[in-house]
Amino acid sequence: MTNTIQDITQDANLILLIGSNPEEAHPVFGMQIRQAVQRGAHLLVADPRDIDLSQKADIHLKLKPGTNVAFVNGMMHIIIEEGLQNQEFIDERTENYEELKKLTASYTAERTAEICGIDPQQLREAARLYATAGNSAILYCLGVTEHTSGTEGVMSLANLAMLCGMIGRPGTGVNPIRGQNNVQGACDMGADPDKFPGYQKITDPKVFEKFEKAWGTKLNPNPGTKATQCFHKMMTGDIKGLFIFGEDPVRTDPDTNHVIHALQSLDFFVIDELFMTETAKYADVILPGRSYAEKEGTFTNTERRVQRVRKAVEIEGNTMADTDIFTEIMNRMGYPQPKLTPAQIMDEIASVTPSFAGISHERLDSEEVDGRGLQWPCTGKDHPGTRIMHVGKFARGKGLFQPAEYRASCELPDDEYPLVMMTGRILYHYNACAMTDKTEGINEIAPEAFIELNTADAEKYGIADGEMIGISSRRSEISARARVSDKTRPGETWMPFHYLKAGANWLTSAALDSISATPEYKVCAIKVRKLSPEETEAAEASARATLA
Amino acid sequence: MIHVTIDGMQMEVQEGTTILQAARGAGINIPTLCDLEGINDVGSCRVCVVEVEGREKLPTACNTPVEEGMVVQTMSERAVDARKMALNLLLSNHHRGCFSCPSNGACELQDLCYQYGVEESSFAGARKQIETPPVEGHPFLSYHPELCIHCERCVSTCAKATGREAITFRKTGMFGIINAPFGEDYKDTLCESCGNCAQNCPTGAITEKRKKKYRSWEVSRVLTTCPHCAVGCQMYLLVKDGKIVDVEAADGPSNHKLLCVKGRSASFDFVDSPRRIRTPLVKNKETGEFEEATWDEALDLVAEKFTDIRDSLGGDALAGFACSRSTNEDIYMLQKMVRTAFQSNNTDNCARV
Ligand code: SF4
Ligand code: SF4
Repeated sequence: MTNTIQDITQDANLILLIGSNPEEAHPVFGMQIRQAVQRGAHLLVADPRDIDLSQKADIHLKLKPGTNVAFVNGMMHIIIEEGLQNQEFIDERTENYEELKKLTASYTAERTAEICGIDPQQLREAARLYATAGNSAILYCLGVTEHTSGTEGVMSLANLAMLCGMIGRPGTGVNPIRGQNNVQGACDMGADPDKFPGYQKITDPKVFEKFEKAWGTKLNPNPGTKATQCFHKMMTGDIKGLFIFGEDPVRTDPDTNHVIHALQSLDFFVIDELFMTETAKYADVILPGRSYAEKEGTFTNTERRVQRVRKAVEIEGNTMADTDIFTEIMNRMGYPQPKLTPAQIMDEIASVTPSFAGISHERLDSEEVDGRGLQWPCTGKDHPGTRIMHVGKFARGKGLFQPAEYRASCELPDDEYPLVMMTGRILYHYNACAMTDKTEGINEIAPEAFIELNTADAEKYGIADGEMIGISSRRSEISARARVSDKTRPGETWMPFHYLKAGANWLTSAALDSISATPEYKVCAIKVRKLSPEETEAAEASARATLA
Repeated sequence: MIHVTIDGMQMEVQEGTTILQAARGAGINIPTLCDLEGINDVGSCRVCVVEVEGREKLPTACNTPVEEGMVVQTMSERAVDARKMALNLLLSNHHRGCFSCPSNGACELQDLCYQYGVEESSFAGARKQIETPPVEGHPFLSYHPELCIHCERCVSTCAKATGREAITFRKTGMFGIINAPFGEDYKDTLCESCGNCAQNCPTGAITEKRKKKYRSWEVSRVLTTCPHCAVGCQMYLLVKDGKIVDVEAADGPSNHKLLCVKGRSASFDFVDSPRRIRTPLVKNKETGEFEEATWDEALDLVAEKFTDIRDSLGGDALAGFACSRSTNEDIYMLQKMVRTAFQSNNTDNCARV
């Protein structure tokens, strides 16, 4: 995020929430958004579904799934048409404005409203409110990125913020709420095919040389392949050996069948895991690592805030610290890696990563930091960290408008698969539940998968609320309980992806965003049907067994 | 600026400051029970009463703003007597089965009564006539009306901090009733099971049920970061005999003493779960079954196979993915292993998933 949770929820006059359901996916952030609304902040929600916060919103724009780019272009069209843009900011701090103006010219309120399935008047009001509220902050999440046009969605939001000068101040900014606890950190730490830690490009000869020197070895100069595309390379035999550290792609990646085939095509597959996950079952070797409560370290939250993780317990058995596992393998493969403590590893990170140069465990534990973590960029021992990005100047100098056209999603509904399915998270579980489903009370509260169906569709297919139904896409069929309501629009459905039985990712599409290779989880075409009495019984039994 | 004198100390404070804030700012402690800064200032418990020169009535410090020239005594005889009386009254409606209460030793009412020497109540406790049974249908949370002092901290916490308004307070005649959403029908309420109300309850009236399994003085607290989502809430793991038994919210920069149900109730059972894998496993190619191995056997096998692939086909035939749930230090070392030992840049994380 460019800003912090605190300044967004305390200093913003308006929050534009798009493709994000923080009350369930980031609950404590959601609680603070509710506090902001209680204090009188305006709230705009752009989401295909009724979420709880949409009831508290000034305006809920119930967009057709996959139309974010059109929506944002429409907002900008109206803002420019009504002269509400921040011309001073545009002139002083940005470039390429004319292109943006040209591109958004065709996104009139009427045309945009038509594409997005919303009311043009509401769109106008939303645009005016955003531009004139004073401090407006944009918050977005996977509802923007998990589309084939995800990257364009993000660029469009940045365009909107720059157009109105809503950046570089408390209560503004373009703020992706990162999903998992340390996704931010995983990207920062160079778990990326073409970037070393701190987003240093491997194609930059100076950077490459620096890492060869720091690590004392020759490195491979070929940029790597993104994980989602690696699965394809496993099937073609280009990748023969795989090491997975704590992920469960069989459960969390789209098109489960495709992932399983890929894993089965490998010569050798090793996983470092806590549990016998669906993915671990395909491994040749399982190495038992340790959980967050058994180690020292740091996580980086969505505010770029590096915070400490501390060891609380040791468990019985023959597990090994994950960093020691990697060190052992490095040594046994001929790379001499001394065994380091987590604090020493952070010192090494700081020594090769300019944006982390001032971060150490010692400092994080100090009175100076006082339990508030350090937000990168933190470029030296006496650098206080960076609360808000792009103050006065963009990281790259001038902010570049990158106008993007709206493109329809890859898999649209048709006669055979007439419904759109979106996927998402619910409050009580996390991803594949490897952690949450070990808590009995959680399973009692949220025991099984469901699919949200619009009332009109339910009527059409003769489906009652609470009935077990069959759901299929071009890839597979599953069954789950129908929840009939008007939360989604007619023709649209929604399903959580956490559950093993009735895992939504058996159905989802492996189409990837053209730039970031993010799967298009949010939109795939499905059909539903009533189950025969025998099938219903089997589905009920299977739902009951999920917890066993 | 406003000039006040508290316990003989002269001070200058902003207009609108309460007596309590002014006193605390000067390091003077006024006891409170129902007060929760920024959340609850109903002034119902009357434990924070103080004497103000020239005033007949003793005002509650938590919600009385200072006035120019005010002279306040926090420990005058009248104030202390009134405080004891307030505790005496609170105790009349509070069952004193402290031994069997999960909050024993961590109860603000108990602490204050001890401090002020109030052991018994001299009143009958009028509320007992209308007392309702405990509410215990929720898997994590319960409400015991007989321990409740009606301070309304839970009501305000849920309404103003959690922002949920799942707990209501309703007046029936001279009595109030706290409606806690932890009955058998909890799924039909607005409650999100976050437990923020329980953490703020000064007695044992609203508690996480697991609190019964330990006493507050038996646990050590380890400050850490929640392992679930990217809000990065700060929390304490409560450890008893080498096992994590509970979680408490800490005052972190992104969570301000709040947690959600995942952080508070689903972040520790998995740690020592019987389903953890606790020894290296190698798949027997013939049977397809996993068999236990020593670390040396497993690591040698891994190194040998990956070295073979690297040396025969080149590093690009290997890949290693990191977990976006693990620590920065883990992830850094994983990608370092892939780049140096595997000789590959096929490393990525589940950020796109
Ligand atoms: S658990 Fe959370 S949502 Fe439920 S009543 Fe308490 S504060 Fe409110
Ligand atoms: S307590 Fe809840 S909101 Fe906070 S980090 Fe954990 S999962 Fe996220």
